[in-house]
Amino acid sequence: MKEKKHVLWELFKATFMLSAFTFGGGFVIVSLMKKKFVEELKWLDEDEMLDITAIAQSSPGPIPINASVILGYRMCGIVGSLVAVLGTALPPMIIISLISYFYAQFRSNTVISTALMVMRAGVAAVIFDVVINLAKNVIATKRVLYICLMVVAFMAKVLFSVDAMILILACLGIGIADLIITLTKNEKKERVKEGANI
Amino acid sequence: MSILTQLFLSFIKVGLFSVGGGYAAIPLIQNQIVDVHKLMTMSEFTDLITIAEMTPGPISINSATFVGTRLNGISGAILCTLGCIIPSFIICLTLAHFYYKYRNFSGVQTVLSALRPAVVALIGSAGLSILLLGLFGSEKITSFSSIRPIETVLFLGCLYLLRKYKLSAIKIIFGSGIVGTIAYFTMNLLII
Repeated sequence: MKEKKHVLWELFKATFMLSAFTFGGGFVIVSLMKKKFVEELKWLDEDEMLDITAIAQSSPGPIPINASVILGYRMCGIVGSLVAVLGTALPPMIIISLISYFYAQFRSNTVISTALMVMRAGVAAVIFDVVINLAKNVIATKRVLYICLMVVAFMAKVLFSVDAMILILACLGIGIADLIITLTKNEKKERVKEGANI
Repeated sequence: MSILTQLFLSFIKVGLFSVGGGYAAIPLIQNQIVDVHKLMTMSEFTDLITIAEMTPGPISINSATFVGTRLNGISGAILCTLGCIIPSFIICLTLAHFYYKYRNFSGVQTVLSALRPAVVALIGSAGLSILLLGLFGSEKITSFSSIRPIETVLFLGCLYLLRKYKLSAIKIIFGSGIVGTIAYFTMNLLII
């Protein structure tokens, strides 16, 4: 029981801090989550985090909220989901409520706008760090199919701005095709074996 | 129907129909807040998007809070935010349930393995666009001479610290904000 409370508190703290420091779109918070929950806390393995990202991206609603729901569910069931969502939703709510009162001052403050501008360099460094680790692991599978998928998907997104959803669906299709091919191959092998036995 | 109930329902729609996060939600929010309910003018809405881009957190939550606070203070903010979270919550909980039930089947693993490289690529492309935004001030590079020296040094320094000492993300982001701001203001002083 104490253990569960501890996990819930850690979950809240982690999601709150990540959400408070995440500038930029949904994939930014996902890379921060990967760093926090996979590398630091070691609660999840890397594949799991990537699956969660795919599900979060393909479901309606904000990606950080979607990812928190799944992550929380994995750690402590529905209570975990509620705690993680609360942690993720509170920082933007607090910040925006404050800013909506001081909007004019906020917008004209050069220190704040400079800080927010330069922070992007730090955010970019964090994402690159995470992506280097992730890409290394894709290469380590030594499957040409996966390495090609990664390169092609990256080019498609960067050069032709193909929609993320379409890329995910396409890879899902390729995954299913891959499954069917391996299954039929195995079946053939078994038949050959049976033939040899007779 | 009171205006708050209407707004709550509007944000449920936003939560339900904005697939792909962030920027996908902007036209939907604009439609509900500016066009249908006329709670904001277009220029106020543009301001809201500017704030949402400058502050942490998902754009739909930011705008739900902003609109809600205006209408009914904190309780309005909570109600609108709940509206845009509830659909995600129900849908993702269901998906999470099935994912954890079936993820260990080898067939499911084969299919998911093909998805993962694409996710890596998507995170990589998000990283690239925020890097360009940071180093050149725009996602489209016009010329390499417009590169900003302070941000470039910060980026390389942060990446080095992350790879070598495995510092936490929050320390890096917060630290880059402080160091970069000091660098900018010292540079301004020196130039003047």
